[in-house]
Amino acid sequence: MAEPVATLETYAHLVAASIRSRAQYRLSFALDFVATFVGALSEFLGILVLFHHLPVLGGWSLPEVAFLYGVADVSFALTDMLVGHLDGFGDLIRTGTFDVLLLRPHGSLFQVIASELAVRRLGRVGQAAAVLGFALATAHVVWTPAKVAYLLLTFASGTAIYAGIWIAGASISFWTTEIREVVNAFTYGGSYLASYPINLFGVWLRRFLAFVVPAAFVAYYPCVLILGRADPVAGLPWLGVLSPLVAVATLAAGRLAWQVGVRRYRSTGS
Amino acid sequence: MRAYWELAVTGYRRYATYRGATFAGLFTNTVFGLMKGYILLAVVAGRSRAGGYDAADTLTYVWLVQALLMVAYLWGWNDLAVRIMSGDIVVDLGRPLDLQGAWLAGDLGRAGYHTLFRGLPPFLFAELLFGLRLPADPVLWLAFPVSVVLAAVVSFSIRFVVNLCAFWLLDYRGILNVASLLWTFLCGSVVPLAFLPDGPRAVIEALPFAAMLQVPIDVFLGKHRGLGLIGALAFQAAWALALLGLGRLVLAAGVRRMVVQGG
Repeated sequence: MAEPVATLETYAHLVAASIRSRAQYRLSFALDFVATFVGALSEFLGILVLFHHLPVLGGWSLPEVAFLYGVADVSFALTDMLVGHLDGFGDLIRTGTFDVLLLRPHGSLFQVIASELAVRRLGRVGQAAAVLGFALATAHVVWTPAKVAYLLLTFASGTAIYAGIWIAGASISFWTTEIREVVNAFTYGGSYLASYPINLFGVWLRRFLAFVVPAAFVAYYPCVLILGRADPVAGLPWLGVLSPLVAVATLAAGRLAWQVGVRRYRSTGS
Repeated sequence: MRAYWELAVTGYRRYATYRGATFAGLFTNTVFGLMKGYILLAVVAGRSRAGGYDAADTLTYVWLVQALLMVAYLWGWNDLAVRIMSGDIVVDLGRPLDLQGAWLAGDLGRAGYHTLFRGLPPFLFAELLFGLRLPADPVLWLAFPVSVVLAAVVSFSIRFVVNLCAFWLLDYRGILNVASLLWTFLCGSVVPLAFLPDGPRAVIEALPFAAMLQVPIDVFLGKHRGLGLIGALAFQAAWALALLGLGRLVLAAGVRRMVVQGG
């Protein structure tokens, strides 16, 4: 990874090839797009149903929850598109295909990530953006250039946090491939938790999923900051400022887990 | 009949092999149950009930969903489509067994495994931790297993029909994904269908997807009593028969247009 420009070029090449191969199945491609859009929408539909019975959820109004959900989901959708295929990483280990990657002149993590860019999951990004648009139109936020910049930074941090969790989760496959569904509790579970005001959850669940797996820094704390709300969880409404740092740390932790995994990797053999 | 029984046992064993996967699934399933419980309880916390559900109903609903998710097998079943794509379906058609019946038997064996090892543990966990609403009426303890079996049959018959699209479409994945995401909401796994506004609720409760999950849950919660209980089971049975029938028609149509490429 000594030459970032060359690495980016390689990434672009690999991703373009993966998109071309996927585009061979046009109908499936279109349906996948629709599926991710509709599927993600059903989660938000669930939130709308809750508000049919409630004026506020955990003290948050519908536009505020929609904002939180939108911010969390844009990050999640971007991560899913970039590294979601790590879900299938266990197969590379099980079949021994991973050996091939170790022979090539690029980092193994880079190669696995660059092997696909799931453009069909753009549907989910679209859905998240739609919810966010609804929230921006209805929530009363006084936007300043600093807040807009912070929101964009939040998407980047959120994506990096999820990616770090995902990479760490995929690294488990270096030790065992059978229990990999446990990882879903952290990736999809983290995303589920991040889409709601975390003060809703019981103390220990929220501490674990919010701070150990730092899902609270994806959307909750940034939104508390942007919306100018109080923080009933830790009483620290400014914590969102730390999101970019948490993101860097999470990504580093994921990378470390991967490196430790590669070091102890013994091929399955022929 | 003996052959179908053996197929069911095989279906059970096929899933019983992967103990680690079962454990991992249980863990994830339980984490989601905990989060979902907190969210939905917020709905009934402010007021005493929503759509006829009180707090105990709501919590029990959450853990029944977690327990029945794998029994109803909402996501990822493409076994039949894979065999159609590869052409292996020809081997299945050549067997002296009814094709739909054979797949149904295997799937019921799988559902049995998932009831015991994916359904009971999270439910018992939540019952010990929170105390759930268990039926007081012995009739419900009889009706619930019947309703779960019917739900498994309805679920199978829907998945069977959707998988058959592989006869017509080269790439079936898109259709399977759209379909399963659609019924995830419509079967009542996201929010109880009783929470919906009256108009959409009436429509969605009449669709077969409700028979996959929401109906057995409401039977357990005692939402259907007396004639209503018989009506609920009849609703499931009627959809099961109708969809199994539809599956046979679609299968026959698919087989007619199938071209076997010999070697």
